[in-house]
Amino acid sequence: MLRTEFRHAIEALALAALGGWATAASAVADMPGGPRVNQLNLAEPVTQVAADLHWIHWFVMWVCVVIFVLVFGAMLYAIVKHRKSKGHAAAEFHESTAVEIAWTIVPFLIIVALALPATRIVVEQKDTANADLTIKATGYQWKWGYDYIKGDGEGISFLSMLSTPRDQIEDRNYPGAKERREQNPTYLMEVDHPMVVPVNKKVRVVLTANDVIHAWYIPAFGLKQDAIPGFVRDAWFRAEKVGVFRGQCAELCGKDHAFMPIVVDVRSEEDYLKWVAEQKKEMLAKAEDPGKVWAIADLEARGEKVFAANCVACHQANGKGVPGTFPALAGSKVVLGKKQGQIDTVLQGRPGTAMASFKQLSDTELAAVITYTRNAWGNKAPENIVQPADVAAERK
Amino acid sequence: MSAVLDQHGGHAHDHGHDHPTGWRRWLYATNHKDIGTMYLWFSFTMFLIGGVNALLLRSELFQPGLQILRPEFFNQLTTMHGLIMVFGGIMPAFVGFANWQIPMMIGASDMAFARMNNFSFWLLPAAALLLIVSYFVPGGATAAGWTLYAPLSVQMGPGMDLAIFALHIMGASSIMGAINIITTILNMRAPGMTLMKMPMFCWTWLITAYLLLAVMPVLAGAVTMVLTDRHFGTSFFNAAGGGDPVMYQHIFWFFGHPEVYIMILPAFGIISEVIPTFARKKLFGCSSMVYATASIAILSFIVWAHHMFTTGMPVTGQLFFMYATMLIAVPTGVKVFNWTATMWRGSMTFETPMLFAVGFIFVFTMGGFTGVIVALAPLDLPLHDTYYVVAHFHYVLVAGSLFALFAGTYYWIPKWTGHMYDERLGKIHFWASMITFNITFFPMHFLGLAGMPRRYADYPMQFADFNALITIGAFGFGLSQLIFLWAVIKCIRGGEKATDRVWEGSHGLEWTLPSPAPFHTFETPPVVK
Repeated sequence: MLRTEFRHAIEALALAALGGWATAASAVADMPGGPRVNQLNLAEPVTQVAADLHWIHWFVMWVCVVIFVLVFGAMLYAIVKHRKSKGHAAAEFHESTAVEIAWTIVPFLIIVALALPATRIVVEQKDTANADLTIKATGYQWKWGYDYIKGDGEGISFLSMLSTPRDQIEDRNYPGAKERREQNPTYLMEVDHPMVVPVNKKVRVVLTANDVIHAWYIPAFGLKQDAIPGFVRDAWFRAEKVGVFRGQCAELCGKDHAFMPIVVDVRSEEDYLKWVAEQKKEMLAKAEDPGKVWAIADLEARGEKVFAANCVACHQANGKGVPGTFPALAGSKVVLGKKQGQIDTVLQGRPGTAMASFKQLSDTELAAVITYTRNAWGNKAPENIVQPADVAAERK
Repeated sequence: MSAVLDQHGGHAHDHGHDHPTGWRRWLYATNHKDIGTMYLWFSFTMFLIGGVNALLLRSELFQPGLQILRPEFFNQLTTMHGLIMVFGGIMPAFVGFANWQIPMMIGASDMAFARMNNFSFWLLPAAALLLIVSYFVPGGATAAGWTLYAPLSVQMGPGMDLAIFALHIMGASSIMGAINIITTILNMRAPGMTLMKMPMFCWTWLITAYLLLAVMPVLAGAVTMVLTDRHFGTSFFNAAGGGDPVMYQHIFWFFGHPEVYIMILPAFGIISEVIPTFARKKLFGCSSMVYATASIAILSFIVWAHHMFTTGMPVTGQLFFMYATMLIAVPTGVKVFNWTATMWRGSMTFETPMLFAVGFIFVFTMGGFTGVIVALAPLDLPLHDTYYVVAHFHYVLVAGSLFALFAGTYYWIPKWTGHMYDERLGKIHFWASMITFNITFFPMHFLGLAGMPRRYADYPMQFADFNALITIGAFGFGLSQLIFLWAVIKCIRGGEKATDRVWEGSHGLEWTLPSPAPFHTFETPPVVK
């Protein structure tokens, strides 16, 4: 395993030496709502907080530039003039309490000047009261879940996953990946279901996580907040522009840390309400009868989709997992054993491993995915079908 | 442990005048110079291994997309790069300098506890072996980042356990080293050398040693809790069992922030030795340098949560840690001003140690500026866990600690080997390092401001040009270090004979000794007036 990694590294170096360094970014346009090509500064602000951060960043930068010029101007002058080769003899002075006091007090005053506006922004950032809309964001390995818990759209709930196809990402497995991703200006910062919010409304985001710590980060909002399993934290933003704004997970969360972006679609009040109505209608249509008894073929077909959305990142499309890291499902004792055992594993997770609880999925989805794994990749489990009612019975 | 000690005790003869040869000279070494040499070679080896880790992951980041590494292996590389550089590279290198220099600078015959000195060194290769072996266990090395945040670290495979044991062992080694240094400095100074007359390098190491004693046990505690959470059913960091994942971060950074100063204070000490020598002028404010070092050390204990602004502390917490952190700029500023004042109206020459020292001040100060920027809690929110932070800590750790280590090596190596190093090679090494360092790390500021998170195996296309440039710079920087290796080997094997004073402006007891310094020095303590 390790040897192939090193061999690939050597190949890549050889490629680079052959001039493989084409200016990749120049082939690509700026990302709408994301980074510009070779962007040098903080993202274009879309909220008041982000605008304030721009301001304070420039303020500190100028303070630093002035200090830099003074200190290194003096040092450069000394380096040029006070050299032995120019015949400059060393002066004898040292120790001066007055000077020491001066260069302690002046920096202290500069720091006070920086701390005052910073304090104001901290208070602003932390004021999550009086929100118009409250949305819960849950970090999963490796996707986000959004639940609209208060305000217009209450009750809407969905998962938000990277929509960049693997055939743009993995050069090793998909020839032509490079050409495909160069055609995609939102490469790695696009999702299937973005969070949708109304413009000019105060949105409070309540954050938690299901497995490990993640961080919800939108540069254009000047907002980053860790999502901590078992605890709830909150943050807020009031987007002042209509548009799609993009960010990424900012706290190392395992294998696909780089592949769980955050996209917020800011719409006009009217468009937002329209979206809410559509979602509600869709949810009604989708609501499934948990008591329904399914045919095995239908369950398997449904389960394959659930597997692709939730399980494939670790257990892999071929069910073989990643040896040593993520166990195989093909031939697995749990999958081939009693159905209760597998239902429990999926509902409770395996503490201390990367296997999280998936109880956020519906009974039908869990029944489908379990049935799928029991019949896929040459698996022939004696108990080959699990109905939604079986899952419901195991839920506590 | 006692078994090991007994075994050594069993072979004891009159070690004071015993010169074992061959491998015994090194395995049974009790001489501070031999042990210092081993520390330095060990740390340079680890520096190269950690560097190879960095170059592998930079190869993957050369272009967007996944070409050569799977993301899980990428995470192992970032983690191990950090652990190896911090615990195997920088820290042992400074202990190596302490071993070589402190006895010679305070006029002592050796370190206070010669056998413990041996033990604290020989623990390190064992720990390093555990770390490296962890790549080859099922699941590979730990991929939780060098900070080993729970609960991600609880998920890892057996590689994580090996890393935990490695940290325990390296912690024990550091604690023994610290006890040795404190005892040596406080009890074995030559008659007449009062504390305030002591060279600045010894002062900074004395303070550093106290920091080590205070925080290495805290790290051991944190990783032990991860270990019991992993294997013995405890729930220190698991909310479902009544624990708190954020508590891990509090404990880790209570160690981690002083640790940052453990890696920079001895560097300040080296720079404070080198600048006066080549400016041919006394250090501007000796006592204020001591007070500044002590203030930084004390403040380091009350700023830890500035690494955690994004965890979501209350306003008061955010403000307290912001103010405390900003205060550190004051004593750090005092240091930079003092070095500048020392250079002012001096009679300067720019041999390699001086080049690295001046380069240190220049690049370290840039890291200091970005430090003030990320100290501002509101501004830290968008910058935290992005490449901006990667740029910041490499500016203070590579350009800071590592450049100071280079300055110190070129400064003292004539005393160690008896030969002058090749000045031309040294200068090439300096300029190559300085230029490639900035090519590597300066563009990271832009990436971070634009929002590229750290520890990412793949990134949006818009970040491609800077990443390609960074990778080229990184390879340049890595290769430049082979010049250093060549310069050192060349100096060991021969070269112009070094005089006792070596440098025209040299000051201090070590320069009263012959070059190379004999195996035993100051068997009769010198008298300092």
